[in-house]
Amino acid sequence: MKAQSTPANDNPNSVWKTTLVQAPPAVAWRVFTEQMGAWWPLAVYKIGQVNAVDAVLEPRVGGRWYERGDDGSTCDWGRVLLWEPPSRLVLSWDVNADWQYDPDLQTEIEVRFIAQGESATRVELEHRKLDRYGARRDEMRRIFNTEGDWGRLLAMFAARAAEGANP
Amino acid sequence: MSRTAATREKALDAFGDPTRRRIFERLRHRTRSVREIADGMDVSRPAVSQHLKVLQQAGLVVVCSQGTRRLYSIEPRGIAALRGWLDGFWDEALTAFKEAAEREASRERKR
Repeated sequence: MKAQSTPANDNPNSVWKTTLVQAPPAVAWRVFTEQMGAWWPLAVYKIGQVNAVDAVLEPRVGGRWYERGDDGSTCDWGRVLLWEPPSRLVLSWDVNADWQYDPDLQTEIEVRFIAQGESATRVELEHRKLDRYGARRDEMRRIFNTEGDWGRLLAMFAARAAEGANP
Repeated sequence: MSRTAATREKALDAFGDPTRRRIFERLRHRTRSVREIADGMDVSRPAVSQHLKVLQQAGLVVVCSQGTRRLYSIEPRGIAALRGWLDGFWDEALTAFKEAAEREASRERKR
C-alpha cells in the first residue's frame, strides 16, 4: 500500500504524507521511535560509507538521530526538536542534497499520530522547510515526494534496453 | 539540468546495456575484482573494465584498491538517489513503518 498525499499537496517547500496504521498510537509511536532500525530502508536511505545496521532516535528534545554502521561508526542525520509521546514528534533532517550531514541544513519533519478508534492510527508526516535546499529544492522535493511506481521503472528500463539493442 | 538529474540520466543509460546490467547484478551481494566479474561471463576482461568505467561514471559503482587488486562494489548513494527518485523517499519509509507497526500490534494482541 502506498502512503497517500493530500490533493492540496502543492506547497513547494513541503511534502505531506499520511498512512493509516492498524495499531494503536502507543504502538505506532514505539515502533516509529524505538524500533526505527527495524523498518527504515537502511539499504538505500543511509549516508555512511559502510553498511548501516540501525537507525536510532535518542528519546528526548535535543537527542541525536543517526545511523549506526556495521563497524560501530555513527553518522548523524539530525536532531529531535519536539518529543510528545505518543502523539507528536518533530525532527530536523540535516542531510544535504549530496547525502552528507550538514548541521546547518535544518529541514523539519513533523510526525503526528492520530487515534482512529481504539486500534488504528492515522500517521501524518510533513517534511518542511525544503527551501533550505536552496537551488536544489525542487530536485529534493521530488525525491521525498514521488509516489512509487515500479511499473514505470520497468517500462523505462525496457525502453532503454530496446534502444540499446537497436541503436 | 542539475548535477543529480544528469547523473540519473547517465545511470539509466548505463542500465540500458544488457551486459552492464549483468555486471551490476554480479556486484549485488559482494565486492569483486574484474577477473571475478568476468569469470563465467561471455565477455573479455578489457570489455568488463570498459563497462565498469561507464558504471563508475554513472555513479553506480565504486572502485577501491586492496594491495595490487582493484575491487568494485555498488555505490549505495548512487542507488539511493535513483531509488529515491523512483520510489519516493517518504512513501517507501512510511510503507515500511506501517508494516512494522502492524506486525508489532498483532504480536501484542496475541500476548
